[in-house]
Amino acid sequence: MRDVAVLGVGQTKFGELWDRSFREIGIEAGLQALVDAKLSSSDLDGLYLGNMASGSLIDQEHIAPLILDYAGLARRHLPGVRVEGGGASGSLALHQGYLAVASGVYDYVVVGGAEKLTDVPDEQATAITGATADHEWEAVFGATLPALWALVARRHMHLYGTTREQLAQVAVHDHQMGSKNPNAHFRNKLTLEQVLGAGPIAEPLGMLDCAPFSDGAAAVVLGPLETAREHTDTPIRIAASEVACDTMALQHRAELTRLNGTVAAARAAFARARRSPRDVGVAEIHDAYTISALVSLEDLGFVEKGRAGPEFATGQFSGGGSLTVNPSGGLKAQGRPFGAVGVAQVAEIVRQLRGDAKDRQVPHPTLGLAHDVGGTGATSVVHLLERAN
Amino acid sequence: MSIARFWRETPRRYNLGGSKCTNCGTVYFPPRLVCPECPAHRQSIEKMVPFQLSGDGEVLSYTVVHEPAEGFEMQVPYVLALVKTREGPVLTGQVVDVTPDEVSIGLKVHATFRKLREEGRAGVIHYGYKFAPSEDPEPAAPPRGPAAAVRTEEIGARDRAPA
Repeated sequence: MRDVAVLGVGQTKFGELWDRSFREIGIEAGLQALVDAKLSSSDLDGLYLGNMASGSLIDQEHIAPLILDYAGLARRHLPGVRVEGGGASGSLALHQGYLAVASGVYDYVVVGGAEKLTDVPDEQATAITGATADHEWEAVFGATLPALWALVARRHMHLYGTTREQLAQVAVHDHQMGSKNPNAHFRNKLTLEQVLGAGPIAEPLGMLDCAPFSDGAAAVVLGPLETAREHTDTPIRIAASEVACDTMALQHRAELTRLNGTVAAARAAFARARRSPRDVGVAEIHDAYTISALVSLEDLGFVEKGRAGPEFATGQFSGGGSLTVNPSGGLKAQGRPFGAVGVAQVAEIVRQLRGDAKDRQVPHPTLGLAHDVGGTGATSVVHLLERAN
Repeated sequence: MSIARFWRETPRRYNLGGSKCTNCGTVYFPPRLVCPECPAHRQSIEKMVPFQLSGDGEVLSYTVVHEPAEGFEMQVPYVLALVKTREGPVLTGQVVDVTPDEVSIGLKVHATFRKLREEGRAGVIHYGYKFAPSEDPEPAAPPRGPAAAVRTEEIGARDRAPA
């Protein structure tokens, strides 16, 4: 195993990109990342592409060669691999790219994530994304993804006294952060009253407790750390890349309010990096629903189980504390193009560690964490990144 | 969804047929071929036997759904719950015959055979379990497929198909 560095990042704007196709956004993000890494496509050894549901969303499977082709690389006959893990598809693709470079088989790979959600009506997108939970034993009985997370929320409120206002505070925070991100789907700020007064989706979650359906793409270029300085002055080392799976259906979890996959992935990541949650200065966590951000904070080890509501409400994670959460605005404000999310999270952590995050720069973080979840936690992925000395 | 795809799950969705590991005694719904609880999983192979759930349980958590799953548009708002059955497995299903504000964590319920959804006007109608508040202190009889099918008359206004 050799050390792997992120050499370049790229990202499209997230949002309702009516005038842009899947292949356009995929290529834009990939080319940005290559330019950022001072590499040309002739240096590449392969592409890993995270995508959740292109077949259902744009009637197109087999998308890795499609992107390679339109990136002008068909004649180089590079290997292209699509990776799927529900909402965690992007970070799963990153894990594959990491393994390929760490093993020494490939030197330079592009890891992309792309999703085009707005080419289908919202109801259809709800059904397609709901298929990342157990279709046969959850969706068939009327469950949607937000409904399943609402079941987690109600149980968390029941066990730990978490309040509706504490949930809403997550959305207020995310929009505050996202207001400084030019790529964000939403740049408007929200008040607590607006979140609490929004129409219900699945009680206790309302419209503004749920991340939007977005289009978007993100990409990173990975390479061996030993030659990273040829490409960038600020190589970012992947200190850990860990994947953990759990039961497919929420109903089979011994504890409804604990993402055991996230607990396992985080423990493995901190052990591999020989660091602890206290060392993390900046984190992008899974806030697809306000409740998912709270349980994630607990299960990643940042706060004690059951305490995320009151701890988050103190504002300590909104800047000025030892850990800043979701400086990009998270899935809630930056947007949720499912397969692109995990790659975009890592791109943001890289910008933060390089000191390139402009208005939303967190002061001097040395260790960053990205946390991506598929379904209701059947797949969890944790990446730890640090500035290489 | 094809007819076969729903039909093959009929014994589970109509009759709550689960499975039990005769090696360690744990009950599963839906049935499993391998027991996750047995320390050596292979010990459970071919020792999983059919096991009938009673249909009795209590609400572990619930939500009132306003943005529905596909095919449930005419039922909103509906209550979706996680129900912990007497035998152990937790099931996801709707709670019916109540208004949303009558549902709470701990509510005693029993499974009842209902129409789940239909795939458009000409599509297949899907039946299966939902949960209703338990009236008797005595455990209710398990729902049975053919007998329960007669009780589709009980389908309430919330479950009625679009006109």
